[in-house]
Amino acid sequence: MNTLISFVPDYWRYVLKGGAKFYSWMGLLAVLSCIAMYGFYLQNTEGLIVTGLTNQIHDGLYFANLVFLVGVAAGAVTIVFPAYVYHNEAMHKVSVLGEMLAISAVVMVMLFVFAHMGRPDRLWHMIPYIGIYNLPGSMLGWDVLVLNGYLMLNFACGFYYLFTKYSGSEVNKKIFMPLIYISIVWALSIHTVTAYLIATMPARPMWHHSMMPIRFIVTAFAAGPCLIILIFQIIRKNTKFWIEDAAINLLSVIVTWCLGLSLFLSLSEIVVELYARTEHANGLYYLMFGLHGLTNLVPWFWGSLIAMVVAFAMFLTPSIRTNQKLLPIACVLAFGGIWVEKGMGLIVPGFIPSPIGEVTEYFPTLIEVMMTIGLWAMGFFMLTILLKGAIGILLGDIKFQGNAVAQASQ
Amino acid sequence: MNHNEAPPSAPCGAKSCQCATPAASANPVLPETKPSRRGFLKASGAVLSVSSLMGTAALMAKSDDVKATVEWAEHFQGNYRLMTDAEKAEARARLEKRYSAQYHKKVIVDGTEAAPGVLMGYALNIKKCIGCRRCVKACVEENNQSRGEKPGERIEWIQVLRMERGEFSNDKMNQGYPEGLGIQVGGNAYTPAGAVLEGQYHYEPEAVPEKDANYMPIACMQCEKPPCVKVCPVRTTYREADGPVVIDYNWCIGCRMCMSACPYWARRMNVTTPVLPKEDMNPVTHYLGNRPRMRGVVEKCHWCLQRTRQGRYPACVEVCPVGARKFGNLLDPESEVSKILARKNVFRLKAELNTFPKFFYFYD
Repeated sequence: MNTLISFVPDYWRYVLKGGAKFYSWMGLLAVLSCIAMYGFYLQNTEGLIVTGLTNQIHDGLYFANLVFLVGVAAGAVTIVFPAYVYHNEAMHKVSVLGEMLAISAVVMVMLFVFAHMGRPDRLWHMIPYIGIYNLPGSMLGWDVLVLNGYLMLNFACGFYYLFTKYSGSEVNKKIFMPLIYISIVWALSIHTVTAYLIATMPARPMWHHSMMPIRFIVTAFAAGPCLIILIFQIIRKNTKFWIEDAAINLLSVIVTWCLGLSLFLSLSEIVVELYARTEHANGLYYLMFGLHGLTNLVPWFWGSLIAMVVAFAMFLTPSIRTNQKLLPIACVLAFGGIWVEKGMGLIVPGFIPSPIGEVTEYFPTLIEVMMTIGLWAMGFFMLTILLKGAIGILLGDIKFQGNAVAQASQ
Repeated sequence: MNHNEAPPSAPCGAKSCQCATPAASANPVLPETKPSRRGFLKASGAVLSVSSLMGTAALMAKSDDVKATVEWAEHFQGNYRLMTDAEKAEARARLEKRYSAQYHKKVIVDGTEAAPGVLMGYALNIKKCIGCRRCVKACVEENNQSRGEKPGERIEWIQVLRMERGEFSNDKMNQGYPEGLGIQVGGNAYTPAGAVLEGQYHYEPEAVPEKDANYMPIACMQCEKPPCVKVCPVRTTYREADGPVVIDYNWCIGCRMCMSACPYWARRMNVTTPVLPKEDMNPVTHYLGNRPRMRGVVEKCHWCLQRTRQGRYPACVEVCPVGARKFGNLLDPESEVSKILARKNVFRLKAELNTFPKFFYFYD
């Protein structure tokens, strides 16, 4: 019990201390977060009219980022799975960092849910017993359920592991391993359900196909590890914690496979939809070439496609994939490409044309853009703290000092 | 809108429908007959008008107070469908108080439930529609929609789609194929010639009907298997026993899943506090119908519950100058709608989606 009591202050004392670089980074994120809070205030006094959302296109940046970040959260399993199922040593050492990323990503998803909602003050209507929870009917209901479950699983696994490291005890495998296996399957479920969320609507032909869940999962398992590789390289540069090349190499192999599959699925969709070119392909046609002279998303689509193809070529070449200088470029290209493809490139064309054939365009407002940046900043703020704490414990910088010291310090 | 006029023939079929005797609460001018939360109103018309005036005056004096306290209580109310009768009455009384203070007039929030033996149905004669859009205007006025200047402040539940006639006429044979209809009539097969929407609903002709146009009015189809109801995470939108799909505006969390799921683009979001001038506000409302909405919630057509539950026609049916719109009880074989379904050429929009609309199109 004493261990638990001293864990919290020890943890906080460590994560709040840092150099000038740390404080300026956190300060920048805090400023961006404050701007987002102001945007949130405007949205809840003026209404969503301060955004570019309309009755024709009523889901935009927020929903797009929400969908994408569910993928990032699920992508953390690319560390946990090889670590615990294939007993990969290099991965095992860093698996807890993946769990920290998953926690932050799920929290970011929830922040974007808040930003997206018209009445966030009524969120309690979704809490069972006080409110109503429309299960099994509503996919959004399922999504909330699996996301919260995933958050709790990762929190439990991650912090239990860190706590045992802190106190110097051993992990109780009878409790820990089942939780890990559940969280691996659960990671697939969160993204599958998010895909079902939009794929189960015949009203939106662009989304209404059964390829959606697998496409979501492969893009998630490409974008997630890309972000993890970038984070690992930053950690290697800025902390004493050394992440082995083997871990990064395995992640880039996973990215290679999943990015290739994702490109293949995009190709399949384009061929199937545009060969017959029915009205149901209008959304995709708008995305690729524009519709009725409206072409806002066309450069984004081709840009993301080029980025993904170039990234795939880079990942496919072993000399680039294992080159720690070039690898970040490939990761940024793939991550950015998927962010566009699966975010704006998937959500917005779903509404163009509208179910009655109206072709309109979406123009995000400055408030919307600042909110999006600010919510990402909040997520990175949390991620930085979680990673710093985890690394401190893994390095042994945060360690239980024994009863004598604990009492002495009181 | 004259609320004193007697209901036209009861559309719901008199024998099985309570609508034949309008509930007093729906009409502010008729005296209250049963004891209720508005028991303080005397049962005589003369006294009633005086006391209601006094009540309104009293409310106006401290309108800010009333609004604040009542809104606070509104935050904690449950889902309307799950409330007891007493809670429902309380919720409606609370709203009446707030609306009366806010709009400076006596506002009625009716709660008449579905009558047994009634299934509302709607039929529209597309051959008769002249595209005058009086229905659109009447709907906005009756149902207290937002009517501001900015795009997000204008909400209309009915769209009259203007469809170009003569897509296949000789002079157009070399202009590429009309995209909406997808039949090639010359031109370059891979490049449509021009921007052709399937239907415009913002058209400004000098006179209607136009020579070269057909009109296709649409609104909520009140599906028997509504996709919007299925996706709602908090069950705030649901099908009432007599057919219409309604929304409890006080329970809606504004997630907009229903708007994505609707194949008929029938739902609208209040992206800001609705712009509803005090003098234009229609004080005869229904809790699940046309009562003023708040910022951040979704709304849609509900077949004028405040009227139809009292045996009156929806505003669009009443206003249609050519009689293209028909409304009635599908369970009554003698109703106009039942007869149309039995005898005319009838179809439903996007029938392949299995939503089973109760809004039918027909032509002679």
